[in-house]
Amino acid sequence: MTETVVRRRTPWLAATVHSVRSETSVARTIVLDVPGWPGHVAGQHVDVKLTAPDGYSAQRSYSLAAPADGDRVELTVQRVEDGEVSPYLVDELLPTDQFEVRGPIGGWFTWHATEPGPVLLVAGGSGIVPLMAMVRERARAGSEAPFTLVYSVRGPSDVYYASELAEVDATILYTRTAIGPRRAGRITAADLPAAADARVYVCGPTGFVETVSDLLLERGHDAANIRTERFGPSGG
Amino acid sequence: MFIDGNGAAGVFAEALGVDITTAVITCAGCGAGGRFAESHVYDHGPGVVARCATCESVLARIVRTPTDAWLDLRGARSLRIPLPAE
Repeated sequence: MTETVVRRRTPWLAATVHSVRSETSVARTIVLDVPGWPGHVAGQHVDVKLTAPDGYSAQRSYSLAAPADGDRVELTVQRVEDGEVSPYLVDELLPTDQFEVRGPIGGWFTWHATEPGPVLLVAGGSGIVPLMAMVRERARAGSEAPFTLVYSVRGPSDVYYASELAEVDATILYTRTAIGPRRAGRITAADLPAAADARVYVCGPTGFVETVSDLLLERGHDAANIRTERFGPSGG
Repeated sequence: MFIDGNGAAGVFAEALGVDITTAVITCAGCGAGGRFAESHVYDHGPGVVARCATCESVLARIVRTPTDAWLDLRGARSLRIPLPAE
């Protein structure tokens, strides 16, 4: 049984924006300096709190996109139309801006580089973010655990981290605008490898995760090997 | 629409000082036990509700006010929390 035991109060910490970089037209990676950051495991997330000058505050959860690196923390945020927090983070935030973060949070949807694999990652849209933290942790640690990634996105312009996906055995499925031999369409059982005792991590919108969980069982995967992270219809 | 237990981890950690996602929560309704991370969380109301992934009974509710966190666990028969190695 592999899990990460976290047992302590998680205070709000001041985060300062170090830099930002675009991933797609609607998503940015935000690199933060968080003095006192306690470190984290690939797959965990943070709560972000924005507070307006009048005291109104709003909170959202975002996955950590990269392994722990001292006080340096990376999030990738996709803008949700009509959202309250994400449009600010994606469109307006600048280096040296500050907000609060709390974490790391969640010890169940995690992967440690000491685990030998094999690992199957299945991402829907921005669900790639915590899975990319696992891919990056594997590279950082020099792990040779076999990793297979199946990544479903609308079209080629929606792919995050394109240059790094070659690190692992990655297949991109396009649901709306396809390039390559596969026709555009939603994920099917044929898009997923059959069971081979892999630990499976599935992250995406709730409907995607539900569908993939059923397809994995159809492909012979054991429910006990499947870990899921659903981020709901709107991250806000 | 629900999310999973991971999405409620922050508010529970704030109240309890532990990561609840790895805890095993047993449903008082149907008796199914599972990781809190796998429960179904509804967070669009004034509080957060976690429901059993098997029977959809309410397992836990938490509401945060400016000064307190109110936790209602009546839907859970037990909550088993892993402890770190000594």
